[in-house]
Amino acid sequence: MKASIFRFVLKRIGLGLLTLFIVSLLIFAVTQALPSDPAEAMLGREATPEALAALRADFGLDKPIVVQYGNWLFGILGGDLGTSYATSTPVSEYIGPRVGASFFLLLIAAVGSIPLSIVVGANAALRRDRKFDTTSSLVSLILAAMPEFVVGTILTIIFSTTVWQLLPAVTYLEVGAPPWSDLQGLILPVLTLLLAVTPYVARVMRAAMVEVLESDYVEMARLKGMDERTVLWRHALPNAVGPAFQVIALNLAYLAGGVIIVERLFNFPGIGSALADAVRSRDLPVIQFLALIIAGVYILTNLLADIGTVLVTPRLRTRLK
Amino acid sequence: MSSENAAEAKFVDERPPSLVRQAFRLRRTQIGAVLALMLISVALIGPFLAPFGSTEYVDLPNTLSVPGTIFGTDYFGQDVLSRFLFGGRTILILAILATSIGITLGTTLGLTAAYLRGRADEAIMRALDVVLSFPQVLLSLVVISMFGPSNVLIIFTVGLSTTPRIARIIRGAAIGVVERDFISAAEALGESRKRVVFAEVLPNVTSSLLVEMNLRLTYSVGLIASLAFLGFTPEPNAANWGLMIQENRVALTEQPWGVILPTTALALLTIGTGLIGDGFSRVSAGIDRGGKGE
Amino acid sequence: MSNAAGLRIVDLRLNVVATGNDIVDEINLTIEKGRVLGLVGESGSGKTTVGLAVLSHARRGVEVAHGQIFCGDTEVLGLDSEAKRKIRGGLVSYVPQDPASSLNPALRIGLQLLEVLEAHNFGGSDEARKARIKEMMAEVLLPTDDEYLERYPHQLSGGQQQRVGLAMAFACRPSVIVLDEPTTGLDVSTQEHVLKTIRQLTRDHGVAALYITHDLAVIADLADDVAVMYSGRVVEQGEVSEIFKNPAHPYTRHLVAAAPDIASKKSIVGLAGRAQSPGKRPVGCAFAPRCELAEDACRVEFPKMVSVGGRQTAACIKANQKVAVSVASSKAMSTRTRGEPAVELVSVSAGYSGNTVVHDVSLTVRKGECLALVGESGSGKTTVSRAIGGLHREWTGSIRLNGRELKPMARQRAIADRLAIQYVFQNPYGSLNPRRTVGDSIARPLVVDGKSKSGARQVVLDVLDKVSLPGSYANKYPDQLSGGERQRIAIARALVSEPEVLVCDEVTSALDVLVQAAIVDLLGDLRRQLGLAMLFVTHNLPLVRSIADEVAVMSEGRIVEVGPSESVIGNPQQQYTQSLISATPSIERSMR
Repeated sequence: MKASIFRFVLKRIGLGLLTLFIVSLLIFAVTQALPSDPAEAMLGREATPEALAALRADFGLDKPIVVQYGNWLFGILGGDLGTSYATSTPVSEYIGPRVGASFFLLLIAAVGSIPLSIVVGANAALRRDRKFDTTSSLVSLILAAMPEFVVGTILTIIFSTTVWQLLPAVTYLEVGAPPWSDLQGLILPVLTLLLAVTPYVARVMRAAMVEVLESDYVEMARLKGMDERTVLWRHALPNAVGPAFQVIALNLAYLAGGVIIVERLFNFPGIGSALADAVRSRDLPVIQFLALIIAGVYILTNLLADIGTVLVTPRLRTRLK
Repeated sequence: MSSENAAEAKFVDERPPSLVRQAFRLRRTQIGAVLALMLISVALIGPFLAPFGSTEYVDLPNTLSVPGTIFGTDYFGQDVLSRFLFGGRTILILAILATSIGITLGTTLGLTAAYLRGRADEAIMRALDVVLSFPQVLLSLVVISMFGPSNVLIIFTVGLSTTPRIARIIRGAAIGVVERDFISAAEALGESRKRVVFAEVLPNVTSSLLVEMNLRLTYSVGLIASLAFLGFTPEPNAANWGLMIQENRVALTEQPWGVILPTTALALLTIGTGLIGDGFSRVSAGIDRGGKGE
Repeated sequence: MSNAAGLRIVDLRLNVVATGNDIVDEINLTIEKGRVLGLVGESGSGKTTVGLAVLSHARRGVEVAHGQIFCGDTEVLGLDSEAKRKIRGGLVSYVPQDPASSLNPALRIGLQLLEVLEAHNFGGSDEARKARIKEMMAEVLLPTDDEYLERYPHQLSGGQQQRVGLAMAFACRPSVIVLDEPTTGLDVSTQEHVLKTIRQLTRDHGVAALYITHDLAVIADLADDVAVMYSGRVVEQGEVSEIFKNPAHPYTRHLVAAAPDIASKKSIVGLAGRAQSPGKRPVGCAFAPRCELAEDACRVEFPKMVSVGGRQTAACIKANQKVAVSVASSKAMSTRTRGEPAVELVSVSAGYSGNTVVHDVSLTVRKGECLALVGESGSGKTTVSRAIGGLHREWTGSIRLNGRELKPMARQRAIADRLAIQYVFQNPYGSLNPRRTVGDSIARPLVVDGKSKSGARQVVLDVLDKVSLPGSYANKYPDQLSGGERQRIAIARALVSEPEVLVCDEVTSALDVLVQAAIVDLLGDLRRQLGLAMLFVTHNLPLVRSIADEVAVMSEGRIVEVGPSESVIGNPQQQYTQSLISATPSIERSMR
């Protein structure tokens, strides 16, 4: 559009990349630089000296830290993600199919939770202090307080094992199989993600909407003789879009985090369960790469939300000049 | 139209009761407190009431009716009830310690950033943004991966990931306070910066603080239980509600109690603390905005 | 049904929904077409609530108990919601106080103007409406080009925003218009333009205007009739000249006595006490507790409105008795020898993050005297005062206290210097820590200086006495006190360290007229008793004559004119000062 907006977007992207860079440093520091002996941590105390030496050579653990970091980072940027030490397959082969599966899971959950949280939140604000608001508020509170795996387990107990036996308790997918081939098995994981994320975000939406509805300019619109529909759609809504962007970003961010637990809970072959496995077996390259990706997704969604909010809010947009 | 001129604000003749007292007048806070207290008692006192040891072999695994037990045996032949009674303590204590660290650090950072403003504020918040780029679970997993899930480490990482989240909120609340004239008045007196931040600003953000405290405790409990669920506990065999759910899940159809008991406990505990936090949140709307209470 | 009556309010009562207590009661007002009625009252008098009721609108928690309101021939309170919507903006319009927050930040102003016309089907076609918008913009002296209409509200100045608000209100040619303090917060020169526009539009279009304000001078300038409200009731009504020349109700007399006037040499007099909120109002005349003429008969029931002569009526049983209400004890500004300089500024320039907002300012504040620092918003006066108080970091030049150079920040200054210069802030709702008792806040300077809490106790009681507050107040919290009481506490806090210099930064700008006068009175007394050097920063030029010996006028960071207040105001030399003074409304000038 205009040069100033372009500059702003560029600056924001630059900031995001910088954050990602620092995050990569952090991940690397914690996993490879700080531990006194990564090789021993990975192989265990009883490992033979030869195995340890081989591992050290593989990872270049005897080289200076900066070089190690450089190798890792440039490797990733160049497409060489390393070799999964636990499965002895290249990380790209190991993770590749799983990424698609997780992405699919996330997509369905997002398609459900984003509109749901916006609509529920906005409605609760419109019908403030009435039945819909008080009920949805309480339900949201209860769902948001419980950890995701508790929500998931409760759903399993109700729908899979103890109360009714309608749905499978775990997915029967193999790694790389198209996720839609076990639709029934997907229901509980998606539902768990939905119930874990939507309530919290709906409350954020409600708060933002209430602030708009109580504003002076909305009151003024009514005093000018605008009918309720116009007040809502022309006056209130445009001011709620900015917060809505934040809401969407929150949704995606929480989903990305929730995926880790939910995949393990339902045996879903995605990057979340891979990460859990990798941590257990101390599979360094996998841990490093997955952590980087997930943090990257977080940073990306925040970036998009920030840019979106500024573009959508005239006061912020014109301040760029 | 924007609520007249400042002088038109209403004033009260009697001092309204303190925030805590107001919050506990609400039904939801009371229910939350009851739930939380109940579960905390189970977690802390449970071990003294358990009929069997937490790792004691009692009978064949996954058997429902075993003489001497109410709920039968779990996946390893241990008494479900006893494991359950032992299983809350670690989670609770770790969560409380981690939250305390997060609150202390987070509040200090948030207040400092708000008070110093300008470059220092930017620097602090950018540094915290880096930590905020990780979902809490992810950060803990990354640290645990190479250092192992010891007590200290769990407290450390959960506390570390909690800190920026609290700092953000406290900073937001403090920014409004820092711009008020009574802060300038204190500065004009020559009060040291530390005094101004802790004696003048801090008391005016207590409502946000109370809400965050409860919220973070709720999430810390959830996080530590989730880590246990994934298999990351300080002691591999010790009873732990999160771990129990994972261990007994396979046999859910034959021996449901091994999962139902810890699930219910975690649910009620987090709901309890969540309700308390919500109670505080309700009564504090508008209090810290200075003068024009709503 | 007379054609001449634009607005008629009949026996209106509005209640608090939760308690049934009355907010306003027995309101009877009539405004003819083309005339402006000024509705005057202090905060809590209920005037805004009455204004909104004319649009058949009530805020949360307010309901209509009984009464009727006629805009032209239409009774508005009994309408159904769709009919109510139709009259708003069409038959009767509203101009709010704060234009910045009542314009939608997400919509261009052109659209916000257009939608009023569309909602009331004005014009009948798009071209007609666009033409009408251009017409309106020209009438309020704003640019009429399309580019201007594309702007967002935040791209306009405060004055421009308010004019857009006026344009929106007059767009559909309403019969009645309610203006709620529309010029509060605007500069004097902008205010002059806006008032002129209002006057013109109401006359030209034959609109009945209800102008709500607490500013008597504006009323004297703009309005044809006046209604004075106190504690939810109308206590006096009449034509402007009748009310200001011969106020009949004791409250009105106190109001007029307390209003500063730029064209008059009077000293303003305040009144103790405060009006009670709904539910706590006394039986009988609400003003009786503060009225020196009150007797038992006043406390039985609220006095009926009695005619005082001409169109003037007042709700007081003593209205027709020519009893003098003790007002003005003129404290002559003594012409003694001038005190020593206490604070001297020499070539001070100050700024924010590199932008200079104060250029080369030199001032002297002398012991025992009051220097008023006057200017509109953005003139730099607050920056100068903050620099003196040690609250502003970025300045160059020299600030001296009794000859000693001062460092920029208070923290860097010697303790004796810090205590010698005390600062009183504008906002009574922000200058006291809400979490501390008032006594603790007052004692703070002593505690910081090392005194023990028990030692400070007596000093606190002494200083509360000096500001005419009972010692028991020491245990109260700020939110239990009124705005005027809080300012007294703020002043008390300043006095505790026995300062030589008192910097008062717009300390009465957020206060009602009677309270303002009382505070000004107090400050004058303290200055004389304690020999303080006082710097009084204000944008309220009329106030200067009542409080200051010397005045310095600032504009855009520079001192434009400085000298004894009588000379500068009575006989201004600079063009800027002259235009500022002529733009300031004055009761006396309007009554000539």
